[in-house]
Amino acid sequence: MKFKKFLYSQKTAPYVFVLPFILSFVIFWIYPLVTAILMSFQDIGAITTEWVGFSNYGKLLKDRVFHTAMINSFEYTVFTCALLIPFPLLYAVLMDSRLVKAKGVWKAILYMPALTSVVISGTLFRLMFTEYKTGQMNMLLALIGMAPVKWLKNKWTGEFALLVLCCWRWTGVNMLYFLSGLKSIGTEIYESADIDGATSWQKFRYLTWPLIKPTSIYVLTISIYAGLAMFLESFMLWAGNDSPHNIGLTIVGYLYKRGIQKDDLGYACTVGVVLMVIALIINFIQLAWNGTLKKEES
Amino acid sequence: MKKKLVSVLLSGVMAAALLAGCGETNAPVNASDTAAAEEAAADESTEAPAEEAAAEDASAGEEAVEEVTEEAEADAVTTEGDPNGTHMEMWSFVEAHNTFYAKMLEQWNKANPDRTIEITFTTYPYGDMHQKLLMSLQAGTGAPDLCDVEMGQVPNIYEGLDTWLQPLDDAMAPYAGDMLTSRLDAYKGSDGKQYGAPFHVGATVQYWNMKKLEEAGITKEDVDAVETWDDFTKLGEKYLEAIGHEEGKYWTSVDTGGTDWMWIAMAEYGDDWTGGFDNPANVKLDSVKKMLKMQQDWLASGIAEVSPDGHIDLEAGFQNILDGNIVTFPKAMWYMSRFTNYMPEEKGNWYITKCPVFEKGQKCSVGIGGTGTVVTQQSVDKELAADFLCFAKMSPEGETMIWQDLGFDVCNTALWTDDAFAHDDSNQYNQFFQNYPYDVLASIKDQIGTILTVKISPTINEYFCNTTANEVLEDGMDVDEALQELQDAVDMEQ
Repeated sequence: MKFKKFLYSQKTAPYVFVLPFILSFVIFWIYPLVTAILMSFQDIGAITTEWVGFSNYGKLLKDRVFHTAMINSFEYTVFTCALLIPFPLLYAVLMDSRLVKAKGVWKAILYMPALTSVVISGTLFRLMFTEYKTGQMNMLLALIGMAPVKWLKNKWTGEFALLVLCCWRWTGVNMLYFLSGLKSIGTEIYESADIDGATSWQKFRYLTWPLIKPTSIYVLTISIYAGLAMFLESFMLWAGNDSPHNIGLTIVGYLYKRGIQKDDLGYACTVGVVLMVIALIINFIQLAWNGTLKKEES
Repeated sequence: MKKKLVSVLLSGVMAAALLAGCGETNAPVNASDTAAAEEAAADESTEAPAEEAAAEDASAGEEAVEEVTEEAEADAVTTEGDPNGTHMEMWSFVEAHNTFYAKMLEQWNKANPDRTIEITFTTYPYGDMHQKLLMSLQAGTGAPDLCDVEMGQVPNIYEGLDTWLQPLDDAMAPYAGDMLTSRLDAYKGSDGKQYGAPFHVGATVQYWNMKKLEEAGITKEDVDAVETWDDFTKLGEKYLEAIGHEEGKYWTSVDTGGTDWMWIAMAEYGDDWTGGFDNPANVKLDSVKKMLKMQQDWLASGIAEVSPDGHIDLEAGFQNILDGNIVTFPKAMWYMSRFTNYMPEEKGNWYITKCPVFEKGQKCSVGIGGTGTVVTQQSVDKELAADFLCFAKMSPEGETMIWQDLGFDVCNTALWTDDAFAHDDSNQYNQFFQNYPYDVLASIKDQIGTILTVKISPTINEYFCNTTANEVLEDGMDVDEALQELQDAVDMEQ
C-alpha cells in the first residue's frame, strides 16, 4: 500500500518520470565526462596508469598535428556556417514564394542527399575527386581546357571537396528548417506590409529576417556543433585518418587517431576535453551575441 | 533569468553531447580499420589487400548502431582438431591463415597423439581483431589462446610483454637454428624475449618488366649488371631514351604513402631510424637523406613519378603496372601474390633480381611487413599452445605449407636451397616469374637487414607519409628541412 501511495504521490511522481532520463544522462554522459577529464591527466599505458598532471596539456600546446587539426576544424566550421545558412535560407524563401513551380520535386531533390550514408557518399566523392585524368572533376576541368588537379592532395582543393560534400548533403536539411520557420510567419503581416507599400527586399529585411531569427540561431548552433564534431566526412573522403599534410584531419579525427589507433587514451581524452571547452566557449559567445542569454524583458 | 538557466543547461547538454560525439567515434571502427587494413595490406603478405579492404570499406558503411552489432560478428568460425584434446581459441584477420593453421593442426595431432588439441578458429576484420585482442589483454580476460598480430600492431600488443604474452624462446628452440635471425628479431619484445612467430621474411627484391624492357632493347644481362642506384638511374635514362620519353611513361615510381624505399636505404647502410629498443629515434640519417635526394632528382629528370594514390600496393598501383607506366620497382617478396591475384595477364613478363645498393658491398634487402603470431598468458595451456605454434610456423613441414598455400618467402633458410622445395615447377610463383624467386632469395641470404617496429614506429611512419614525403616529393622541399620537421614531431613523442 505504501508503494502505491508513493507512486500516486504528487511530490514524487515527477521524479519518477524524469528518472530514466536522469539515469541515462548520468551513466552515459556525466560519468564519461568526469572520467574523461580525469583520464586527461593520466598516461594510460599497457599495464600501468600514471598520473602525469598537466603534461598531456603541455604536449598538446606543442603538438603541430593537433594545431593543424584544430585549424582544419575551425576553417571547416566557418565555411560551412557561411555556406549553409544563406543558401538554404535563399532556397527556403524561393520555395515559399510563388516564383518556383513544382516545389515538391525541388524539395525532394535538395533533401535526398541527407538520406544517403556518409560512408557511401564519401566514397563516391573520393572517386569523383581522384587525381587521375579519368576522375569526374578532372574530366570537367578538361572540358574547359584545364590541366588535371590533384584534388585531395592540396589544402584548398581538398577543403573545396569537403565543402562540396557537406553542402550537397546538408543544404536540403537546413532549407527544411528555414521553410518551417517561414511557414510559421502569418500571411497577414506581409499583406499589411504590401498595403504600406513595402518592396520585396524590405519585406525580407524587416519582416522575414527578424521573425526567422530563432530558426537561424538554431541552425547556426547545430552547424557550429556539427562543424567542430565533423569526422566521418573527411575520414571517408581520404579513405582513413591520414591525408597529405594532414589536410583532412579534424579534431575528432585526431582524438580517434590517438585514442583508438595509437592506444593512447589519456592524450586522446585531453584532446576531447580541449574540444569540449572550445565548443562551450564558442557556443556561449554565440548565444550571448545573439541575445539568448540576455535577461528577458518583462 | 529562467531563460538564462535554460541556456546554461542547454550548453551543458551540448557539451556533453559533444563528448558523446567522442563516444560515437568508436562506432565506425570498422571503417577506419579497414582503411588501416588497406594500409596494412601494403605491409601485409596476405591475400586481403586493396580490393577486399575497399569492399569492406563499403560494407562498413552502415550507421553507428548497426556497426556495433556488425563488429561483434566474425567473418568465419570453424572448430577443427581432436574433440578429446585440449580446447583452444585462435583468432586471425585473414581466413587463409586460419585454413593454414587448421591443416597444420591435423599434422600436429597425428604426430603428438598424447598432446592433441582442438582449436576454434575465428576470423575477424583487421581492425576489430587487433582492438578486441588489445582490450582483452588489458582486461585480463577474454583473450584467445593464440592470435595473429600484424606487424603494424606489434608495438601495441607486445607492449604488455610477458604479463600479456607467453615467450616462445623455449618452444622454438628446435627450429630456431635454421630460421633467419633478422626476421625473428622483428618479433621480439623490448625485454629481448621472442613473442611472435613469423610467417615470412618479406625480403625486398627488385621486380623488372622484361617484356617492356626488351622492347626497348634492354636485356637481362643489362639488368643483371645493375649493382648500384647509379647504375639503376643510368639504365633508366637509357630506357626512357629508347621509348622516346613518351608522356606518362616512367622508369619507376616513388611513394608518398609508404616507407619501403626508406627502409631499403636504411638497411643498406645498416641504419634504423627507430633507434631500436634502447636509443631514441633519429630520422636525420644519411641513408634516408640520400634516398630522398635521389628520388627528388629522379622526379626532376622525369625518370620517376609519384605513385598514384601514394604507393603501388593499391588498385591504382596495379593499374599503373598493367598499363606499363612503370617498368621496375623494389618491393617485398610477398608482392608476388599481387601479381598472381591482381595482374594475372602479366604472367611470364617479370623478372626478379636483388635490389640495387648505394655502395657496392652493402646489404641489399630488408624484411617488410608480416604477421607475428602470439600465445597469450590467458591460454589454458601456454606451453602446448607455444609448441603447436612453433611447429605450425617454423618446422620444415609448416614452412613447406606456408610456401605452397600462402606463397610467402619462408624464414627457414635451409629450405631456400632445397631443390624439391625451391624449384618445384608446379608452384604458381615459380611458373609466373621468369626466374625462381627462391634463387634470388638464396643469393641475398646474408644481406637481409631489419628495421625494428617499436613504440615510436607508428609515429614516424605516419608523419613521414602524411607530411615529410609529400613535402619532399610533391612540393620539392629541402630534404634536411623536412627531416628536421619530422624529427621535431618524433621528439615530441619520446
